[in-house]
Amino acid sequence: MSVPTRAASPPGASGADLPSKRGGEDRWRGVAAEEVDEFSPSVAGLLRRRSRRLLFNLARPYRGRMALSGLLIIVRSSAYLALPYLVGLGIDKGIRPGRSGNLSMLELIVGALLVALAVNAAANYGFLRLTGRIGADILYDLRRTLFAHVQQLSLSFYERYTSGRIISRLTSDIDALSELLATGLTSVLTSVISVVAITVILLRLDLRLGIAALIAMPIVVVLTWWFRSNSARSYRAVRRAIVLVIVHYVESLGGIRAVHAFRREPRNQEIFVDVNGRYRDANIWSNRLSSTFGPAIQFLGRVTTASVLLYGGYLVIQGQLTLGVLTAFVLYLRQFFDPMQELSQFYNVFQAAGAALEKLAGVIEEAPTVPEPLSPAVMREAKGAIAFDHVTFAYRDKPVLHDLDVRIPAGQIVALVGETGAGKSTIARLISRFYDPTEGRVTLDGVDLRSIAVADLRRAIVMVTQESFLFSGTVGDNIRFGRPDATMAEVEAATRALGAHDFIAAMPNGYDTDVRRRGVRLSSGQRQLVAFARAFVADPRVLILDEATSSLDLPSERLVQRALRTLLRGRAAFIIAHRLSTVEIADRVLVIDAGRIVEDGAPSELRRRSGRYDSLHRQWVESLA
Amino acid sequence: MGLFALRRYVPYLRPYVWLVVVFGLSQLGSLVAAASIPKVIQYIIDGPITHHDLGRLVPAAGLLLLVALVEFGFIFLRRHFSGVASLRMETDLRNDFYAHLQGLHVAFHDNWQSGQLLSRAISDIATVRRFVSFGLIWFLQTIVTFIVVFVLMAQLDWLLAVVVFGCMVPIAFFSRIFHDKYRLIARRLQDLTGDITTTIEEMATGVRIVKAFGRMPLMQKRFDAQAALIRSVSLTGTRERALLWSELNFLPNLSLAAVLFLGGLNVVQGRLTIGGLVAFMSYVFMLVWPMDAIGWVLSMSEECQTASERLNEVLDSRPEITDRPSAHAMERSRGRLEFRGVGFKYPSSNEWILRDLNLVVEPGETVGIVGRTGSGKTTLSYLVPRLYDVAEGAVLVDGVDVRDIRLSSLRSHIGFAFEDPILFSASVHENLVMGRPVVSDRELKRAIDVAQAGFVWDLPWGLETRVGEQGYTLSGGQRQRLALARAVLGAPPILVLDDPLSSVDVHTEAVIEEALARVLEGVTGLLVVHRPSTLALADRVALIDGGTVAAVGTHHELMRSNDLYRALLSQEYGEVVA
Repeated sequence: MSVPTRAASPPGASGADLPSKRGGEDRWRGVAAEEVDEFSPSVAGLLRRRSRRLLFNLARPYRGRMALSGLLIIVRSSAYLALPYLVGLGIDKGIRPGRSGNLSMLELIVGALLVALAVNAAANYGFLRLTGRIGADILYDLRRTLFAHVQQLSLSFYERYTSGRIISRLTSDIDALSELLATGLTSVLTSVISVVAITVILLRLDLRLGIAALIAMPIVVVLTWWFRSNSARSYRAVRRAIVLVIVHYVESLGGIRAVHAFRREPRNQEIFVDVNGRYRDANIWSNRLSSTFGPAIQFLGRVTTASVLLYGGYLVIQGQLTLGVLTAFVLYLRQFFDPMQELSQFYNVFQAAGAALEKLAGVIEEAPTVPEPLSPAVMREAKGAIAFDHVTFAYRDKPVLHDLDVRIPAGQIVALVGETGAGKSTIARLISRFYDPTEGRVTLDGVDLRSIAVADLRRAIVMVTQESFLFSGTVGDNIRFGRPDATMAEVEAATRALGAHDFIAAMPNGYDTDVRRRGVRLSSGQRQLVAFARAFVADPRVLILDEATSSLDLPSERLVQRALRTLLRGRAAFIIAHRLSTVEIADRVLVIDAGRIVEDGAPSELRRRSGRYDSLHRQWVESLA
Repeated sequence: MGLFALRRYVPYLRPYVWLVVVFGLSQLGSLVAAASIPKVIQYIIDGPITHHDLGRLVPAAGLLLLVALVEFGFIFLRRHFSGVASLRMETDLRNDFYAHLQGLHVAFHDNWQSGQLLSRAISDIATVRRFVSFGLIWFLQTIVTFIVVFVLMAQLDWLLAVVVFGCMVPIAFFSRIFHDKYRLIARRLQDLTGDITTTIEEMATGVRIVKAFGRMPLMQKRFDAQAALIRSVSLTGTRERALLWSELNFLPNLSLAAVLFLGGLNVVQGRLTIGGLVAFMSYVFMLVWPMDAIGWVLSMSEECQTASERLNEVLDSRPEITDRPSAHAMERSRGRLEFRGVGFKYPSSNEWILRDLNLVVEPGETVGIVGRTGSGKTTLSYLVPRLYDVAEGAVLVDGVDVRDIRLSSLRSHIGFAFEDPILFSASVHENLVMGRPVVSDRELKRAIDVAQAGFVWDLPWGLETRVGEQGYTLSGGQRQRLALARAVLGAPPILVLDDPLSSVDVHTEAVIEEALARVLEGVTGLLVVHRPSTLALADRVALIDGGTVAAVGTHHELMRSNDLYRALLSQEYGEVVA
């Protein structure tokens, strides 16, 4: 048997080191501190254990049905495997006596054959239905578990793992598994059972011949082992390559405006052709492996057939074996190696699913760094007093906030002022618990945020950012996003207060207008107004505005400010804005510099103090002139 | 069968014709080898074994091995080359699909959920490939196998052969029923996959909003509903497949019973040898796998057909913003920009966003665009580099309709800064250069200086640092400054800046403005502004209201004469203090 050796070595472009390759072609990618999600082969064992655990957990609820399908497959296979036996019997016991005119035996055997066929077909149908159902259920569970889990994970995970990867985990990796569950598993199960059963039958039919037939088995085992380890590597390469394709695809089409304006199409195409080509090469590699493995197994089957004929022929000639048994043997060998061959076809699907499962298991085992409290404190109606209790925060080992200690009573409007990178947004994110402090604690009404149930926390504290992402659905749905049970009157009250009602009402279907894809038909200012309305309708006790008015014109901004003053009565608010006009409505200003509070006081008071705020303010007033 | 819909993909196989020929020939070879193996077995049983001739048994077994070796070679070649050809085809198809999408106008992308586009590019194209690599081959293999097997069977006993094939006739009927039902299921499933991809994408990209409002349960509910729908639809698909596959598996086995009985009678009557009967049975077994394959091929072909429908929906959309045949390249532009009777509305709506809009920006002049939120300022700026095309009237550069200028030439004369600074996951250098022709280091440095983006030198790897989603996180102000540097890079004669300073702090704003003033010197500028400070850069201001230019003049003129303008730009400070 000759296995082309080149099949064993990966082609250069799709090697295991693929994503970290930084040749001249890859320069555009730039350098990043960490490459997450890529494993060295040494951890392959851990990965396999991890994905086995996931698979086991997924399958557990369906133990009963799986046992039933196992039963069906045994019935099915026994009926199917009886066929060659009955044929052999027909030749030995039916046709021989038939020569003397007695056909009843032949008729009986053909009748038994028909019964076996009917049983086989019925069991086959039942089995396919049942496994199809199990597969669909498992997939459904997996999708939901994964989606729920990913949603639980903290923002720092999204920043590290990036949305492109998450999308590809939840789409293309699930697809790979679904292919296995839809078809592959059936075939694999069928094949395994056939192989085992036929081995037993062969040995029972004739021990000597049976042993002769199994002579090739060690080679089959070695071959399978070789194939398994290589194709696992090749499929990991495939999974890694597809991520690059998806990430580039999503990102470049998402920014199509910039692509067109800067004529980046050829460059994008170049990059896409490159990553897509690597995906192809990884696929060709794995295809070559399986196109070696499949026929090799078949060839071993033929070798076995030849030796069985040789040895069996010898035995028949010696009179130690009947021709009928030899015939049955030859037919069984076909049924033995066909499923093996089929297995090799589906081994692909299996391996692809295995590689996908590894990645999914990696995500599933990722623990949320901002976990939901196990026994949450009772918090029905929050008042909205926020306190930072000696809070220190480091992001990826870089210190951002140093020993922040400040109390904001309920109902106070606080403006955070400072240069880019001073730590204003970090403070906002700590209050809304996107991150947890490295040291110290942040409290709401004296209760550590970490012990408040997420649902209560989110009802109490809402953050509006500059990024006014709209979800597909209607404008109304988007405004009600924070509180789906809000009435139309409440929605309109919010939009009227913000001056957004008029343009929404003027849209083709008013509040029922579909915002389509990421709300592109709304201008950025309009989107910010919708985002504001979303926050108002959510009716939180603490509102955080992070650059939330940057795209508004002045009259709109003024309206928002007026609305804010009404809304914020009796609530706490944190405002981050570069435009000091927004800051002016604050009761209190915190000037942040390099992670520390350097000034704290009412705006008018700070202006008198001729400190940092005063100079910022003067600069701003000058810029208005 | 859905083969007809696949004609479109034939050209994609053309470059690989030699591969197709090789795999076609190996296919034939492997079939001939496979078909001759039962013949050899028959020969061994009827010859050496029946005649108790040990001497001839050994070479006969050797012959069997030889044939098997040939078979192995052919199957390897077939599978390898069909894989290579179909994977190359898939790759080419996806490259073209991507190129087509990139070429489609911005308005097309506005109207499509990106999840639907993603699932088409990845899953649907893979479905087409799978059919081409397996389905088509199995289909051919099945047909050839049937013919070969029939001929061989007929040689042994033609009546028996007719009986066997008689058992197969119901296939046509079963597949027809299957076709009618499965086609709809496959399409529905693919569409649902696109929908769920959209939900996933929105969750992943809008995660901050989802978390800020604690709406994980809502997203989960939406996702669960879609997943449940996928589950139930795929179950109906499973039911149809299970039925067809069981039927297809049953038929050849049924003929086995017929062969045993009728063949047995023939042997009894001496018209057929036992070896012949065994060979006949082997032939029937040879039909089992192809029959299974038919089931596969049928479901695959339905999936492939609907997948290609979905692809065609995208591929058949023509880019609306393209070069006219008469379009020509522009010499170095003087930078005179004119909006002449411009009207704009979205294709699917009747509402005019802009109408009868006239505005001239003389070379070297900078005009500020002021208007209410949602008045169409940004849309107006998009018309210049033809991100959208006017619905009536024309935009002219140096007196030439922009639609008569080659797109690449037009856009190379315009620097554009978007309000939302779109950065890609690539190095700073790449994000600045954006794949444009070679830019000198001096130009690069100048652009960075102008935009006050000097912070890039301090990044961990300088200009090589990866930014964007997959890289180093920049603040909003830093991103805007990068976007501004990108716009001014290469000193384009026309600059369109859509509120480029909304996210920078007051100090940085003052510094950028100073630098911008230098850049705008001698350059035509269209500046969408929201606040008075930036207006200092503009020589004149155009007030957009009701979709048209309501007033033009200097800032001070308009402050004096126009109420709306005053309302939009007058003293926020005073209002607050008052």
